[in-house]
Amino acid sequence: MITVKNLCKSFGEHEVLIDINEHIAPGEKVVIIGPSGSGKSTFLRCMNLLEQPTKGQVIFDGTDITEKGVNINEIRQQMGMVFQHFNLFPHLTIMENLTLAPIELKLMGREQANEEALRLLNLVNLSEKADTYPGQLSGGQKQRIAIVRSLMLKPKMMLFDEPTSALDPEMVGEVLGVMKDLARDGMTMAVVTHEMGFAREVATRVLFMDEGRIREQGTPEQIFGNPQNERTQEFLSKVL
Amino acid sequence: MGFLGELKERLIFDFIEKQRYLYILKGLRVTAIVTLLALVLGLVIGVVVAVIRTAHDQTGEKGRQGAGGFVLSVLNFFCRVYLTVIRGTPAMVQLLLMFFVFLASSTNKVLVAVLTFGINSGAYVAEIFRSGIMSIDKGQMEAGRSLGLGYGKTMQKIILPQAVKNVLPALVNEMITLLKETSICGYIGLNDLTRGGDIIRGNTFDALPPLLAVAAIYLVIVMFFTWLMGRLERRLRESDNR
Repeated sequence: MITVKNLCKSFGEHEVLIDINEHIAPGEKVVIIGPSGSGKSTFLRCMNLLEQPTKGQVIFDGTDITEKGVNINEIRQQMGMVFQHFNLFPHLTIMENLTLAPIELKLMGREQANEEALRLLNLVNLSEKADTYPGQLSGGQKQRIAIVRSLMLKPKMMLFDEPTSALDPEMVGEVLGVMKDLARDGMTMAVVTHEMGFAREVATRVLFMDEGRIREQGTPEQIFGNPQNERTQEFLSKVL
Repeated sequence: MGFLGELKERLIFDFIEKQRYLYILKGLRVTAIVTLLALVLGLVIGVVVAVIRTAHDQTGEKGRQGAGGFVLSVLNFFCRVYLTVIRGTPAMVQLLLMFFVFLASSTNKVLVAVLTFGINSGAYVAEIFRSGIMSIDKGQMEAGRSLGLGYGKTMQKIILPQAVKNVLPALVNEMITLLKETSICGYIGLNDLTRGGDIIRGNTFDALPPLLAVAAIYLVIVMFFTWLMGRLERRLRESDNR
């Protein structure tokens, strides 16, 4: 689905990502863990070029999207992204939040978009919020809406950048629940998170990142049960 | 004859006799036309310049490579020159330059005034809009882009509507400034409100009533806009926690 080759990213002198090589196959659920500042989020953001890589290639569905002349907007439609701070559009109703992109991109007519939005809102039990504004929702509700907003474009893959880190603890479950449903339906997912329970339960593969490199990777059983890398052991001993 | 009687005669002499009040009314009309058209022109220029400036600042060095980046750099350069020159020189001088030099061939004084004040106001509006755009969380742009919307579409549908709301008080303020600034129109012989009052003063050798009337009219208009802004702000604040 997506292949990253020799990916490097620096902000000025500071090297955030150092020579990352990774392949995510269709249907995989890859969870990226690691200490803060390790480059997890930057890695994720490089996948849809919200962060422009300093060096290296990102190949999505056979297209090297770092090349000039690639229509990045078309690529991004196929890669949903969910942010830590939801980033809903506060001046639009929930319905408008969901339908703006599909209508503007001429993927759906207004009626069709409204129907699809209601269908997805029903799935996350928020259909009664269609006409309210983001400001009236709880964090958990906002994040579920944000997920649904990405799903409106029927993406082939979803990127999650610490989707539960800004939530009150009692709301984490409802968001992870939606993500688990997505995983069960076969969505290809890359998730940066601190929710080790989610990683254990849902991940097909766990990547441990530290200081701009992927230090170790494997199944959840391997990483959580028998980590080989010293840094992984140290990190897990702190968070588990 | 008492004081009130004297005052009445004076006012009749200043305003009613020879229909002198028409100077004020016609002047008010000119002031209103110049202000409104200049305001529209200023808003258009302001939005365009603000978007160019922020687009340039938000794309890093790397993003500016290639033909598109070069065009953006050139546009940004002209915008900066424009802002520096317009904000660095008095509106009065700009008006005189426009009338006697750049548009010396034009006999349409209203046009000269509209262009001058529109171009002048545009510089201030641009900086107001720019601060408004910068005040929007960068996550909004990222969310728009991550959904596959282009930079322009995201700007138009997501960033600008929120930015306008944030800068509305500053915009109304600029509009008030603009209204009062048009009072220098008289220097190119355009009979605006201020000039109208001044003509009456010249004809009657009575300064107080006509000039006071002019001041009062400006004041009433400004107070009306301030009131309107207050209402608008209250309405927008309500929509914040709908």
